[in-house]
Amino acid sequence: MMKQWQVAKRILPLLAVFSLLLSACGREDLSVMKPQGPVAQGQYDLMKLSIAIMIVVLIIVFAIAAYVLIRFRRRSGQNDIPEQVEGSFKLEVIWTAIPLLLVIVLAVPTVKEIFAQGADLSNDPNAVQVKVTSHQYWWEFTYPQYDVTTAQDLIIPTDKKIAFELKTADVIHSFWVPSLAGKMDTNPDGTLNKFSFSAPNEGVYRGKCAELCGRSHAYMEFKVKAVSPEAFDRWVAEMKAPAVLPEDTQLAEKFKTNCLSCHAVGDQGGPVAPNLTGIGGKESVAGILLNQREGQEEGKPVLDNMKEWLHDPQSVKPGNTMPSPKDLGLTDEEIDGIAEYLANYKLDYE
Amino acid sequence: MDWITTVDHKKIAVLYLAAGGLFFGIGGIEAILIRIQLMKPMNDFVSAQVFNELITMHGTTMIFLGVMPIIFAIMNAVVPLQIGARDVAFPFVNALGFWTFLFGGLLLNLSWIMGGAPDAGWTSYTPLSGSEYSGTHGVDFYTIGLQIAGLGTLIGGINFLATIITMRAPGMSYMRMPMFTWTTFITSAIILFAFPAITVGLVLLTFDRILDANFFDVAGGGNPVLWQHIFWIFGHPEVYILILPAFGIISEVIPTFARKRLFGYSSMVFATILIAFLGFMVWAHHMFTTGLGTIANALFSISTMLIAVPTGIKIFNWLFTMWGGRIRFTAANLFAVGFIPTFVMGGVTGVMLASAPADFQFHDTYFVVAHFHYVIVGGLVLGIFSGLHYWWPKMFGRILSESLGKWTFWTFMIGFQLTFFVQHFLGLMGMQRRIVSYLPNQDFDLLNLVSTIGAFLMGVGVIIFLVNIVITTKKPVNAPNDPWEDGRTLEWTIPSPPPEYNFKQTPLVRGIDAYWKEKMAGNTEMTPAEPVGSIHMPSATPLPFVMSVGIFIAGLGLMFSKDDFGNAFMNGLFNNYIVLIIGLVITFGAMMLRSLYDDHGWHIEPEDQDEKGARK
Repeated sequence: MMKQWQVAKRILPLLAVFSLLLSACGREDLSVMKPQGPVAQGQYDLMKLSIAIMIVVLIIVFAIAAYVLIRFRRRSGQNDIPEQVEGSFKLEVIWTAIPLLLVIVLAVPTVKEIFAQGADLSNDPNAVQVKVTSHQYWWEFTYPQYDVTTAQDLIIPTDKKIAFELKTADVIHSFWVPSLAGKMDTNPDGTLNKFSFSAPNEGVYRGKCAELCGRSHAYMEFKVKAVSPEAFDRWVAEMKAPAVLPEDTQLAEKFKTNCLSCHAVGDQGGPVAPNLTGIGGKESVAGILLNQREGQEEGKPVLDNMKEWLHDPQSVKPGNTMPSPKDLGLTDEEIDGIAEYLANYKLDYE
Repeated sequence: MDWITTVDHKKIAVLYLAAGGLFFGIGGIEAILIRIQLMKPMNDFVSAQVFNELITMHGTTMIFLGVMPIIFAIMNAVVPLQIGARDVAFPFVNALGFWTFLFGGLLLNLSWIMGGAPDAGWTSYTPLSGSEYSGTHGVDFYTIGLQIAGLGTLIGGINFLATIITMRAPGMSYMRMPMFTWTTFITSAIILFAFPAITVGLVLLTFDRILDANFFDVAGGGNPVLWQHIFWIFGHPEVYILILPAFGIISEVIPTFARKRLFGYSSMVFATILIAFLGFMVWAHHMFTTGLGTIANALFSISTMLIAVPTGIKIFNWLFTMWGGRIRFTAANLFAVGFIPTFVMGGVTGVMLASAPADFQFHDTYFVVAHFHYVIVGGLVLGIFSGLHYWWPKMFGRILSESLGKWTFWTFMIGFQLTFFVQHFLGLMGMQRRIVSYLPNQDFDLLNLVSTIGAFLMGVGVIIFLVNIVITTKKPVNAPNDPWEDGRTLEWTIPSPPPEYNFKQTPLVRGIDAYWKEKMAGNTEMTPAEPVGSIHMPSATPLPFVMSVGIFIAGLGLMFSKDDFGNAFMNGLFNNYIVLIIGLVITFGAMMLRSLYDDHGWHIEPEDQDEKGARK
């Protein structure tokens, strides 16, 4: 017991130093080393423990190696034959036992954490249920309790746990929000995955697809937006409100025939492609073209992004299944008109 | 012509080295292109499609066609010599193994010029690698090319097993075998058990793609996760197929240049066996995020962590081999000594990855990329460099330039650390792997630039090594039998390069490090175990080459069996499986010829046994 404490005492300052070092890395909304929720925090704690153990191992090995290499290098004129040592039972037992001990130190909290994070919340009435469906190359989020479907921006309340059920509509993707929780694959039917996380602080967190899924794998990003419980309720209500269509009736007709065969706005349209309700207020266009927002240095005005996307979807996300509006027979003016309409289609809930 | 018909293990080693070196170069160029693309955010040096092809081919080429054949080269060159044998057990099969590997590799790389390289990652997860989402012939090249190349590896492995079991010199019990022979033995055993898994997997995927089967197709009742299991049941042991021979090389080089016998020989042997054994039990640690459930994740976490124990034993044994020694820093030893800390780095991150909840964060990020490059490049490639510098005089009769060797070491080593150390942090900061590009302002920019610079430095190191080879090849063949003066094992008792028959008289082994033991007893050469006599040699034959050409043709025939060439003759030829059948007829015809024609080989009589190297 006494000895264990001594080991711990030696590791503690090291741990402190390295958490300082590590926490200097990366953005708060993205980095694994700046966890923003309990799940990511648990994983980060485990990582810190393992890093601390490993640093101790590295220091010992490097120190022995450095000592040996300096002390026992062959000097000129040194032509004698050193003693041919067969081995040492005692030493070999020591370096079998110590790694074993270190492994146990890491294994116990690992197993604990595995079971803690494996809890199934899919029947928990206090959790917000979200069904995530991944597509090449976008994310669909359905809230069965609220009968709401959205895409690319996952809106969640800060006061609740979010229970996910993951599946894919095509190939395997992986759902990853580094600052909130580790990733989980989205499999086709039959092996659906469940997991959960929560985001106690309001904010926008960057999510990524982590499993190679085709040409636009790199561009299959999404955002998790944690908002206050009241704002979340307002968002749900706004999502369920009737659709707003372009004022210009001619343009509205074009939009209906060309876009709503796949996309949906409010109560109209289809479920094949990302839901466009309130798209002008989202964090990005197509997941990868960041929109300007307050307190953020990057991003272009949403209208610019929308135009860039609609004029040539393939250059933004190669291999995506959206037909180019130009090929659908829309003129440049009509495309700009639709872009303007979509850019101004915002939900007022914050 | 001589090279096409040879069945001599020493010449086949050179063939493996040349072909492996060629593919290593191709894989290296692919790596450099990847790093140029990732040098800055939103770069458009290559398209997303080409990028996916590059990463897939880089991984596949390096693992299957680059480092593994180079290891096979060293094994072929060294193992028969180390155990006092005149050749491998089945020289004909040895040649066949090489040619199938070469033609498999050529088929795979033909994809670059024949319409689309494989693009689903080196792991080729289904459904992405299925015909629905990967419409070009890319993945067909992957399945069929690897199938043919894998055939070569499998028969090579079986051959080494038979050789080591049956052809050791008198007195060489298992516990007197040199460490490199031991690791070759264990590696071959892993090959024997692991390769059938990938063989089956590739057959299933080929059936899915070409014959419309449903093994991995949910709509047809299949399961894509099945592919992941099959792939990793092979894929994880594969890691040990790669790293164990490197352990063997290090265990030869360090004692030689420390002038000490290997510390804890028997624990080294058992650690090797244990690593191989555990290596088969941990495949699912590649699949924590696939969703296997808590129990499976817990079990695979713990079993994975256990591998740290035998690996730790090895590391400390190497350090204590040097303790009290007289360490000489030759180029070969620099690589061996550099291997230790670098490999330990890869090892400790491996234990970190084994912790499943933490792996949810690490998996599929640059942290993993950093980890396995530390193991495979920092472990295996440094091991290969060490082994090549060490045994080059034995293979070619010429000693590589020491100063160029040291330049290679320092540029490669510094470049390596620059490239991969920073990638740990990129992963932790949220950069996933296999992405063609990334947005600016995510704190990824600087570290990616550093990584790319490091990759170029590694490239420079490899080029210096090539220059070294060219310069050395122009020197006269004058390496002594025992160029390092402290050689401990049997290969150093015979001329460099060895004569065709290796040992004029099979040596008698009287302990671990047989040659060292004789030297300490005051002898300059081994005591022979047999009188001088006529030596039986196998005949050279072009049949292995012909068989491999047949399989190559059959592979192409199968791949294009459904294509429309816009030409009635070609369509008729391919769509009716005629090309496939022609290929198989060539292969099986050659096999039949081999079975029906009894070739007893030939003999070298004592008066013709000159002690010089057979190869000029």
